[in-house]
Parts: sequence; structure tokens; C-alpha cells
Amino acid sequence: MRIVFKTDYMQDIRPWKDGYQLSLYLILLAVVFAAPWWLDAFYLGELTNVLIWAIAGLGLMILTGHTGQASLGHAAFLAFGCYANVILIESGVPFLVAFPLAGILTGIAGVTVAIPALRLHGIYLAIFTLALSILMDDLIVLAEPITGGVAGKYMGGVEIFGHLVDRWGTPEQFYWLVLAVTVLVTLGYINLLRTPLGRSFIAVRDSEVSAQAMGIDIARTKTVSFALSCAVTGWAGALMGLYAGAFNNETFSVVISIQLLMMIVIGGLGSIHGAFLGAIVIGFLPQFLSIAKEYAGALFGGGTVAIPGLEFGIFGMILIGFILFEPMGIYGRWLKIRTWFELFPFYRKDMFKRQKSYLKTERLR
Amino acid sequence: MDNAQLLISGLANGCVYGLIALGFVLIYKATEAVNFAQGDFMMLGAFVTIGLTNTEYMGLPFWLALPISLGIMGALGYLLDRLIIRRLFGESQTAVVILTIALGFVIRFVAGLIWGHEPQTLENPLAGKEVRFGGLVLGMEDVAVIVVTVLLTWGLYVFFSKTKLGLAMQGASQNQLAAYYMGIPVKRVQGFIWGLAGVVAGIAGILFAAKGSVDPTTGLLGIKAFAAAVIGGFGSLPGALAGGLIVGVIEPFASRYIAAGYSQIAPYALLLAVLIFRPHGLFSQVRVKKV
Repeated sequence: MRIVFKTDYMQDIRPWKDGYQLSLYLILLAVVFAAPWWLDAFYLGELTNVLIWAIAGLGLMILTGHTGQASLGHAAFLAFGCYANVILIESGVPFLVAFPLAGILTGIAGVTVAIPALRLHGIYLAIFTLALSILMDDLIVLAEPITGGVAGKYMGGVEIFGHLVDRWGTPEQFYWLVLAVTVLVTLGYINLLRTPLGRSFIAVRDSEVSAQAMGIDIARTKTVSFALSCAVTGWAGALMGLYAGAFNNETFSVVISIQLLMMIVIGGLGSIHGAFLGAIVIGFLPQFLSIAKEYAGALFGGGTVAIPGLEFGIFGMILIGFILFEPMGIYGRWLKIRTWFELFPFYRKDMFKRQKSYLKTERLR
Repeated sequence: MDNAQLLISGLANGCVYGLIALGFVLIYKATEAVNFAQGDFMMLGAFVTIGLTNTEYMGLPFWLALPISLGIMGALGYLLDRLIIRRLFGESQTAVVILTIALGFVIRFVAGLIWGHEPQTLENPLAGKEVRFGGLVLGMEDVAVIVVTVLLTWGLYVFFSKTKLGLAMQGASQNQLAAYYMGIPVKRVQGFIWGLAGVVAGIAGILFAAKGSVDPTTGLLGIKAFAAAVIGGFGSLPGALAGGLIVGVIEPFASRYIAAGYSQIAPYALLLAVLIFRPHGLFSQVRVKKV
């Protein structure tokens, strides 16, 4: 059992709890930074993919996990960021300028979406964003002169200070680029949660009425949340485009939107860890399934059979299991396990129990 | 004459959207949750009936298979509530949304496993028959779809506004706790409504499979039914039907008169426009929340 003695008010607002926690994360960072030396090229690529999904998950987490606005349309912003980045680079802007700009442009796009969406709640917002994601698919096809339409676009590598960073040619450098973006976004996110803005996000999530009573401008808070969320998602989209190399309107279909939302639910809504844990599940599930299938094939004598839709079926079942038995996701489960050890003999079963509320409609008829 | 033909086929399609939307509205009206798997339910209903009727499967007579498959769908809806949804009692709406999306994935996977991924049609006594009506040629299936949908919507509307059970359902959705105090068995009511939604999805699936072919991804049609339900205002049964008809009629006219590429976005553009300008639908039932 470890006890943190608080001797200073600054300790409450520091990003890390104590030196022990800080050193754990520094060790994790060092291990991940050294990944190219202890992983082969294939798994390094997979890890890069996981990090990119984690960035996208962080983007959605700001909006859904911390502001409580469920979005089923973030693939639209992934697509926006991806196309903005590539089009800027193609028109001669260097990558180091184009990349941040792509995120900022996506953030602006997010604000233009947020303004009409401000009046929508819960299910209506989910449907609005779902429709948006479907529309984006068609819009990319329609805007063929800019986006290349169904044929799509191709972006091999990017130049940073005259040094070519390419997913296939130089996977290590590409991995470090993605890792750098991940670390920067994560640090920004941790900092955001310490600011009045981040606190007001959480207040809006927990109760709009009481947030308003505390003097929070709900419309402004939601708009800023949309902007930040979409900007981060745009960066993830730009990296996703570089990772995929070639992409078209179907790369960012509505299924990706749904997958992204489910990913952060599995990981744990409302926590930064959740985005990473969910991304690991999403990233390694296909590999895990193919290994399991080979194993089952060897065990029962039959060859490996391709079952279409298996991945999504399993994914759906995992998700249903989590919502029923662990609504706080993988991170919630980890918190419970850790608390059990930290408080060893004193852990109670109902410690994390959430208050249930009875339903009251806003309809009158 | 051409336009009239387009209108009729649009109405028939719109009725299917309307029927899926009815399923959304039923569940929304009674439990304030939205079943994102309603489209997949429809697909499942179609496949269950195909599995019972078509000669390559069980080959039962159509009129015998009909009540059996509706019974199966109703039971599935009830069991779904009993085993899964009821555990979420008191959780947020978003949890139910995500759960039903996941359920849709699972249903699509299971249907693909059992019935394969090839498009299939339902063998039915109406297939191939036509009605000629003043120069218009109508398929019997289209006529059946329109008639059944209108009757069903009317019946459900009367059920909700006139019968004791229907009023109990409305009460249960408006304020669960107060409904408990009034002696309404809220949980049983919720189970019943999920069963009813299963039956409605079964009817929609049978009509859809009689009109055209179904495959496991047909359920994604549910997204268009969202447009129908949103236009109708999510809490109104006639509104859902009206919304379905609007979406259904817009589609063939858009693909005829608007350039290709722009036409398929018409229903979604309409959906966005309604959400932006009338966020609670054309048949609104919501006022600003007061403390």
C-alpha cells in the first residue's frame, strides 16, 4: 500500500501524482521509443497503426469521453485531415507546415459542424454525425478535381528537413514521427484536463443544467471541444493517409467512425489510457484472430477457413460483453484491480458503483 | 404517367423505410432508447422467413411460415430485452446506442454464417403478379407493402393512444419512477415493446424480401430509416410513416432529375437540413427542459 503525502496545493494539479508514477511513464516512453530495436518490421508497422488509432481515439475522447457528445461521424474528420494534408503537400507546402495546418483546418471544419449541432442532444447528435460521415464519402467523390474521386490519391513519403520519411522505405523514422505526434497530443491532452476549459468539458458532460448554473457558457464549451477534437482527429487522419499510402473515399467509410467510437468505449470512456487500450484491441484483434484461426485449424485438422465478417462479429461480441459487465472499459477494470491491491484488505465490492438514474423524458406528448 | 410510376415505387420503398422507422419509434416511445440494430432486425426477419419458406431450405407453405417467423422475431426481441437491454436499466442512452450498434455487427455476422452472403429473394404467392390501374402497372408486392404499412401504422397508433397498455407504455417512457408509483410494470412493458418491435421488424423484412433481394448487409438500410424517423420527430408513429414516405419518394425523383452522384446524397442532405432547422423533427414533441 502506497500513500501519497500532499504537502503543497500544487501537488493536486501536477500532471503526475508522484515521482513513482512519473518514472513509470518515463520507462514506458523509453521502451516504446526503442521499439525499432526490439520489434521486427511487421510488428513495428502494426505498432505504428495502433499509435495512429490512439491519436484518433484521443481526438474522439475529448468530444465523447470528456464533453459527453457522442459522435458517430469522426471518420469524416479523419478524411478531412488526410486530404487537407496531402493536398497542401502537393501544392508545395513543406510537411512540417502542412501537417499542423491540416489539423487546424480540420478544427475549423469541426467548428462549422459544431454550430448547427449545438442544439442537438444524445441520439440526435449521434444521427447527425452519422449522416455527416456518409455525406463525406459522397462529397469526396463529387469533389473529384481536388480529391481524385474514386481513384483516390497516393502519397508515398514526406520530406522533413530534406530527409525522406516513408512508411515502407524508412519504417523506423515514420514510427518515430507518429510517436512524436502521439506524445505531443497526449501531453497536450493531460494539460487540457488541468485547465478551466478541460474542467468545464467534464462539467458539461456530467450535467448541462448544473454546468450552466455554474456560469459555464455551454455553446462555447461544446464548440471548443468540437474544434480541439476535430483538430486532433485531423492529425490522426493525416498520419493514417501517410500510413496507408494510397487512399480514396472508401478508406474513411462510416464503419471507421463506428469502430472509432466502439474503440474508446472498450478502452474506457473518459480516460486518456482508454484511447490507447482501445487502440491496442482494435490494432491487434485481426492478427490475434488469424493466429487463433491457424491454431484452431491445426487442432481440428481442417485447413484455415476464411469466415467473412468474423472480425466485426467478434468485435461486436467483445463490445456487448464490456457494456454489460464493465461499462468503464479496460481502464476501468484495471483501476479496480489496482485499487484492490493498493487498499489490500479494505477493498469493497461497491466502491466503483455508479448511481443509476430513472428515466425522464423531455417529450411532452 | 412516368412520374406517377416513380411516385408509386417511391411510396412502396418509403413504406419499408417507414416500417423500420416504426420500430425505432416504438422503442423510443416506450423506453427513450434507440435501437440502432432495427435495420439488422429487419434483415434477420427476412432471412428467417426465407429459411422457413424457400424450397432450398425448409419449404413450408408461405401462410404457415408467416406467423411462425413473426413469432420467432417477437421472441427474439423479447429475449434481447430480457437478457441484455434490461441489464442496462438506468444507464445512459448512449450505452444503449453503442450496444445496439454492436448487436447489429453480431446479427450481420450470424446471418452471414447461416444463410451466406448471396442476395436471396423470398418465394411468395404475390411474386410476379401485377395490377393495371389506368395505365399504371403496379406489382402486387408494392400494393401489399403500402396496404400493410398503412394498416399497421394505424393499428399501432390506436394501440398507443387508446388502449390501457399503450398509455402505460407512454407513461413508462415519460417518467419511469412515477410510472412505478402508478403501478405500471415498467420492466414487463419494456419487454413487451421490444417484442412488438421485433414483430414489426419481421413484417418489414418479409415485405422487403418479397419486393427485392436481401443479403446480410441489407440492414444498413436502417440508416435511411433514421432519416425517416428524424423527419417524423422520433416520438410520433404517423410521423415515422410520413418521414419514410418522404424519403422513399425523394429517392427515385432525385435519381431521375438530379445529376448522378448528387442524387444519392439527397436523403442524408434532407436529414441534416431537418436536424439543423427543426432539431426535433417536423412533428416536434419537445420543449426546453426546465429545472
